[in-house]
Amino acid sequence: MRDFEFVKPATVADAVKALAADGAQPLSGGQTLIPTMKQRLNTPERLVSLTGIAEMKGVCKGEGGLHVGAATPHAVVARDAAAYYPALAALAGGIGDPAVRSRGTIGGSLANNDPSACYPSAALASGATIVTNTRKIAADDYFQGLFSTALEEGEIITEVRFPIPEKAAYVKFNQPASRFALAGVFVAKFSGGVRVAITGASNDGVFRWAEAESALGANFAPSSLEGLNLSGDDMISDLHGTGAYRAHLAKVLTKRAVIAAS
Amino acid sequence: MAKVSMTVNGKTVTREVEGRTLLSTFLREDLGLTGTHIGCDTSQCGACTVHVDGQQVKGCTVFALDVDGADIRTIEGMANKDGSLSVIQQAFQDHHGLQCGFCTPGMVMAAASLLAVNPKPTEAEIRHHLEGNLCRCTGYHNIVKAVMAASGQDVGSIAAE
Ligand SMILES: Cc1cc2nc3c(=O)[nH]c(=O)nc-3n(C[C@H](O)[C@H](O)[C@H](O)COP(=O)(O)OP(=O)(O)OC[C@H]3O[C@@H](n4cnc5c(N)ncnc54)[C@H](O)[C@@H]3O)c2cc1C
Ligand code: FES
Ligand code: FES
Repeated sequence: MRDFEFVKPATVADAVKALAADGAQPLSGGQTLIPTMKQRLNTPERLVSLTGIAEMKGVCKGEGGLHVGAATPHAVVARDAAAYYPALAALAGGIGDPAVRSRGTIGGSLANNDPSACYPSAALASGATIVTNTRKIAADDYFQGLFSTALEEGEIITEVRFPIPEKAAYVKFNQPASRFALAGVFVAKFSGGVRVAITGASNDGVFRWAEAESALGANFAPSSLEGLNLSGDDMISDLHGTGAYRAHLAKVLTKRAVIAAS
Repeated sequence: MAKVSMTVNGKTVTREVEGRTLLSTFLREDLGLTGTHIGCDTSQCGACTVHVDGQQVKGCTVFALDVDGADIRTIEGMANKDGSLSVIQQAFQDHHGLQCGFCTPGMVMAAASLLAVNPKPTEAEIRHHLEGNLCRCTGYHNIVKAVMAASGQDVGSIAAE
C-alpha cells in the first residue's frame, strides 16, 4: 500500500477543512477502503478519519424518524435501532461478519454505494434523507448507479434520517463466500404507500420496483406479486448467477419480505 | 511517521509508525506479537482477529493510528495469569479444535467476544458468529464443539465429527 498522511479530526468542521487538500479522502470504518488501497485501486495522499467525531455517531429518535450518525458502526445500529426500527437493525446485524460490523459504518456504505451492499436498499425503501455537511439529499436523488452517488468532492455524509414505516423487512440471499447480497429486498409499508428497493441484482445498483410498489399498495400480501416479473436484461450476470436468476430471486425475496413484514 | 500509543494486553506501548501501518503489522513487526496471524490480508479470513476496546476487529483492516489510545487484546493476552491455558484455549485443545493452528488465534478471539455477550450460545449462534473466521484444515465441527464446551454446555448435541 502507498503511504499517506493520516489525520483524525474531532469535529465535522475540522474534517471538512482537512478534506479540502488535494488527494484527501475520508476514512470511516475502512472495511471497503483499506482493501481497495491494498490493491492500489485507490491511492489517497491524505486520509481523514471520521471515527473520532462524536457528533457523527449514535442512533436517536428525532424529527422525521430515526437519526443515525454516519460514523455509527453496523453493530451499534443493530443494537440501538432495534427498539425503533427493527427491520433496519436486523439488516445491520446481517452485514458481513462480527468484525466487519464492529468497524464498518452506514456512512461508508452509502458513500460507496456498492451494487451488492445492504444499506442502500434500506435508505431507498424508507425514503431516507442523506444529510451531508452542506445539504440534505432525498434517497431518491442520492443513488446514481454503480458506485456512484450525488456526493460532491469533499462532501461528507454526517447523518442519515429514516422515516419509520408501519411494517418493514429486509430479506437477503447471501453470496456465500463474500456474504454480500446476491440479491436483497427491503420492503417498507407506510400509511401513504409501499416502497420496495432491490439491491445486489441490477447493473445500475439499488433500484425501486415500481410495479410491486403499486400492487402491494393496493393489497399488502405476497399474492399481489403473482403476475409481476422483473426483467433479467439489466441484471448482474456473473459466476454466482445469471441476470435471469437474479430477477427471479428478487421476486421471491420480495414475497418473503412481505411475509416477514406482515 | 507519527506517534501512536495504545494499551496492548495491559501494557502501554508507544511507537512511531507510518500512516499505512496496519494494526496487524504493528502488533507483529513493531511489538513482536506474532500470534496474530495474517491469512489473507484481504479482510476475508479472520486469522488476524483482535479486540479493540472489547470489540472484535480484523487487525489487517484497521490502521494503527486509527486506534491510538485504544485498549487492545491479542491472543498473547488470553492465557491465565499463571501461564496456563484459558478455558477457551483449553477447550480447543480438548476437542481437537485445531490442526495446523493457523486460524486458531482468530478463532479464539472471535469465540471470546461471542461468549462475552452471549455466555450460553446455541450451535447456530456459534456458527453464525464464526462466519468471518475461515479454517482450511480442521473443519468447523470441532471448533464449534470447543466453543460449546468453553461455554460449559454439553457438546453431545453437535452433529458429525
Ligand atoms: C468480509 C466483508 C463482508 C462484507 N459484507 C457486507 C454485506 O454483507 N453487506 C454490506 O452492505 N456490506 C458488506 N461489507 C462492506 C461493509 O459494510 C463496509 O463497512 C461498508 O461498505 C463501507 O463502510 P466503511 O465505514 O467501512 O467505509 P470505508 O471503507 O471507510 O469507506 C468507503 C468509501 O466511502 C467513503 N466515505 C466513508 N465515509 C464517508 C462519509 N461519511 N461521507 C462521505 N464519504 C465517506 C470513503 O472515502 C470510501 O471511498 C463487507 C465488507 C467485508 C470486508
Ligand atoms: S488476514 Fe485479516 S482477515 Fe485475513
Ligand atoms: S487449524 Fe489449520 S486453518 Fe484452522
